Amino acid sequence: MKYSIASLFAGLIFGLGLIVSGMANPEKVLGFLDIAGLWDPSLAFVMGGAIVVGLGAFAVARRRTVSFLGFNMKIPPHTHIDKRLIFGGLAFGAGWGIAGFCPGPGLVALGAGEAKAVVFVASMVAGMIIFEVIERARARATV
Amino acid sequence: MIDIAWGSFTPWSALFGGILIGLAAASFLLLNGRIAGISGILGGLLVPARGDIAWRIAFLIGLIGAPTVWMLGAELPAIEINAGYPALIAAGLLVGVGTRYGSGCTSGHGVCGLSRLSLRSLAATLSFMAAGFVTVYIIRHVLGV
Repeated sequence: MKYSIASLFAGLIFGLGLIVSGMANPEKVLGFLDIAGLWDPSLAFVMGGAIVVGLGAFAVARRRTVSFLGFNMKIPPHTHIDKRLIFGGLAFGAGWGIAGFCPGPGLVALGAGEAKAVVFVASMVAGMIIFEVIERARARATV
Repeated sequence: MIDIAWGSFTPWSALFGGILIGLAAASFLLLNGRIAGISGILGGLLVPARGDIAWRIAFLIGLIGAPTVWMLGAELPAIEINAGYPALIAAGLLVGVGTRYGSGCTSGHGVCGLSRLSLRSLAATLSFMAAGFVTVYIIRHVLGV
């Protein structure tokens, strides 16, 4: 229960941060990605602000094996860089550039009742399901 | 030569919103011991495991509920979605497949991964940023949409 309440709180603050920062607005995100047009550097400031806080948090987390609520730290140890990571990132970036939505802002805009965000989120979930189906088929093929 | 859009550049609210996002990721990490990666939190619901569902839904309720909470105190800023429906479908599919293959999005790799100085997340962030810049360049300046 504590775990879910902390999750709800984190999700809410994350969403409010996206709204305050202007990142829930795809047009503003595209203004950052359009480096050849009139460039809006705001997104870099959002990332900068978040990372400064995050650096402190991860420095604390690194020295702990359990969280402040007593849960095991579940930080993925992966360090390898492979084709899946790069091609996945490229595909995500292409989709991000088409509409100006990444997953968080898409969900916030959905919560704001935007019909277009509903279509984006539904397509994104469909994409995630396609990934699961392909992965399962591949896992079966290699057995 | 880069022309800054001074009319739409909002450094203070961007910085403040970024700090809030950082605090959200920090509280999730320090309270629950997890990375606040939104694509991973959502994607994990598609292969549900016992005891691994409620907190994911709680996080998403918080995120999706943020505009409603915001509107208790203030008017919601404009959300301008200029992409048409076919483009939104293509974008959604690419974001869905891409974030799962790449094991993360702007939050997990971009914010959390860079905060923990992960080279893997840096590689992912450079990949999606590069693809984003190129895609917008092609759409706006080559195709002229």
